[in-house]
Amino acid sequence: MKKVFAVLLMTVIVLTACAACSDPGTVTINVYNWGQYIGVGEEGTIDVIKEFEEKTGIRVNYTTYDSNESMYSKLEIGGSSYDVIFPSDYMVERLIENDMLEEINFDNIPNFQYVDDEFKNPAYDPTNAYSVPYTFGYVGIIYNTKYVTKPVDSWNALWDPDYSGKILMFDNPRDAFGIAQFLLGQDINTEDKSDYYACYQKLSEQKPLVQEYVMDQIFQQMENEEAWIAPYYAGDFLTMQETNENLAFAFPKEGYNYFVDAICIPKGCKNKEAAEAFINFICDPEISGKNCEAIGYSTPISAAKEYYEDTELASNPVAYPSKEVFERADMFTNLKDETLQYANELWLAVKSGTKVEEE
Amino acid sequence: MKKFNKIFTVLVYIFLYAPILVLIVFSFNSTKSTIDFTGFTLKWYRELFTRPDLLKLLMNTLIIAVIASVVSTVLGTMAAVGISSMKRRSRSMVLTATNIPMTNPDIVTGVSLALLFVFAGTFLRINDVFGFWTLLIAHITFCLPYVILSVLPKIKQMDKNLTDAALDLGCTPTQSFFKIMLPEILPGIISGATMAFTLSLDDFVISYFVYGASFSTLPIEIYSYTKKPMPPTVFVLFTIMFTVIFLLLFFMNMAEYKKSKKKKIDL
Repeated sequence: MKKVFAVLLMTVIVLTACAACSDPGTVTINVYNWGQYIGVGEEGTIDVIKEFEEKTGIRVNYTTYDSNESMYSKLEIGGSSYDVIFPSDYMVERLIENDMLEEINFDNIPNFQYVDDEFKNPAYDPTNAYSVPYTFGYVGIIYNTKYVTKPVDSWNALWDPDYSGKILMFDNPRDAFGIAQFLLGQDINTEDKSDYYACYQKLSEQKPLVQEYVMDQIFQQMENEEAWIAPYYAGDFLTMQETNENLAFAFPKEGYNYFVDAICIPKGCKNKEAAEAFINFICDPEISGKNCEAIGYSTPISAAKEYYEDTELASNPVAYPSKEVFERADMFTNLKDETLQYANELWLAVKSGTKVEEE
Repeated sequence: MKKFNKIFTVLVYIFLYAPILVLIVFSFNSTKSTIDFTGFTLKWYRELFTRPDLLKLLMNTLIIAVIASVVSTVLGTMAAVGISSMKRRSRSMVLTATNIPMTNPDIVTGVSLALLFVFAGTFLRINDVFGFWTLLIAHITFCLPYVILSVLPKIKQMDKNLTDAALDLGCTPTQSFFKIMLPEILPGIISGATMAFTLSLDDFVISYFVYGASFSTLPIEIYSYTKKPMPPTVFVLFTIMFTVIFLLLFFMNMAEYKKSKKKKIDL
């Protein structure tokens, strides 16, 4: 019995020792990204992590998250240190406010020079000290040309009674209120409660015409022509169009939302230089081009478009709109908790059809 | 009435297996659509094997499931033997204590384990506490009560005089455990181990709170597929997992059935 116990103890000790004794020569970084948000070598696309490991000898621990919020709570609870994260614009702002990001040393990121000027010094990181843009995308109107024959150039199309019961709408308050705000000519980052109340009234008008409030289900409903018109992301429109050629995309004249997903280094990172080497690698035009082609989002590096295998996609006006169209785009910033909560309450009232008095 | 019984049984099986059948069918679909079946293809199966990232995560999930089920089976059996020889009062007290984690909602277990690990991590000055070890400990924790619960009845069913007789005839307590008790309670141990393995394999909620930067499992990866619709390779992976587990259980039950038939003839 004693022998058995001794053997067991030895194995435990050896195992624990081994967990700590990973080769001291290689540097390892922990990368935390959205799921399905990097080229993995599927269908002959680029395997970004593998290429980076081969080129630099730095090992990558790659794990994924499902939303900005869950990534934030994982950072907040502690117990794991990440070297590279991919938060969206408003989340970068929130992380900066809470002092959770490291300043990036841009001397180690020479490839930052390739990033287009309109993506430098963005509203969420005005001095551009903490973030490097990874991808960007837009919200616009997706419609089926078979049923929607009138020209679509305004958000008003989503309020058109002719399409009653065939309209889909965003199932999240920020995007839904954003559309109403563009229509009413408000600032999409307003903190004024009466503005939100006006949006609530506008969205309530639309409710009887809406088939369903959806997020991911939109793919099936639009591809199968169960719905005719809906607001959604441009990158996802390109995916839908592969299945259904009748679908088209419009950038509304009132303006539309665009978003940037950035790359940042969180506080508590262990290998800052290796993390910066990773960011620099991602900003390499060739890597950025091939990677963005694989994941279907647009690259903020114009030079990267040359490396697209599908040259049509690189010049697609939906993925890369012209300068005049881009001028109408506006970005969400981080709002006060109080405003977000009020918007949330009003949103629930819109969806359930209950009447709310103005505060 | 008999006819009604039959219909009812069929309905129950449809209810149980329809979702998994749909998944299997669409793993063979030639396009990414999950509504129209446009044609038969094996290309997603080929593609899965060009996805080392998914296969590595599957491997991680299996490693955790195997180690967690082995460890919790050993610990659980030891605990069950100990509990069975307790006095009635202390036995019921200990059993209640081991059953509570089982009735606890997963999310409570997950959050409390995460807090404990972070606390222990800061105490021991480990920055990267979340990872392989925390996942393993968490999985052993939630598997343990199930093993105890499936071994304990087997010990109760056993004739206590058997071990006494073995001791009388010169066995040491260790020998009597391995030669007499273990073969008697083996079915309980096996069903406990199977239970622990499957529980560990498909756990998501608890793992979600304790996975780390260096080690993650398949369910967590799949859950994070929010940016784009679910790719068919995932259906393929699930189909393969389902088939393997189905065959495993099928052959295990077949073996047991044959054994029990043989026993009857011997008698």
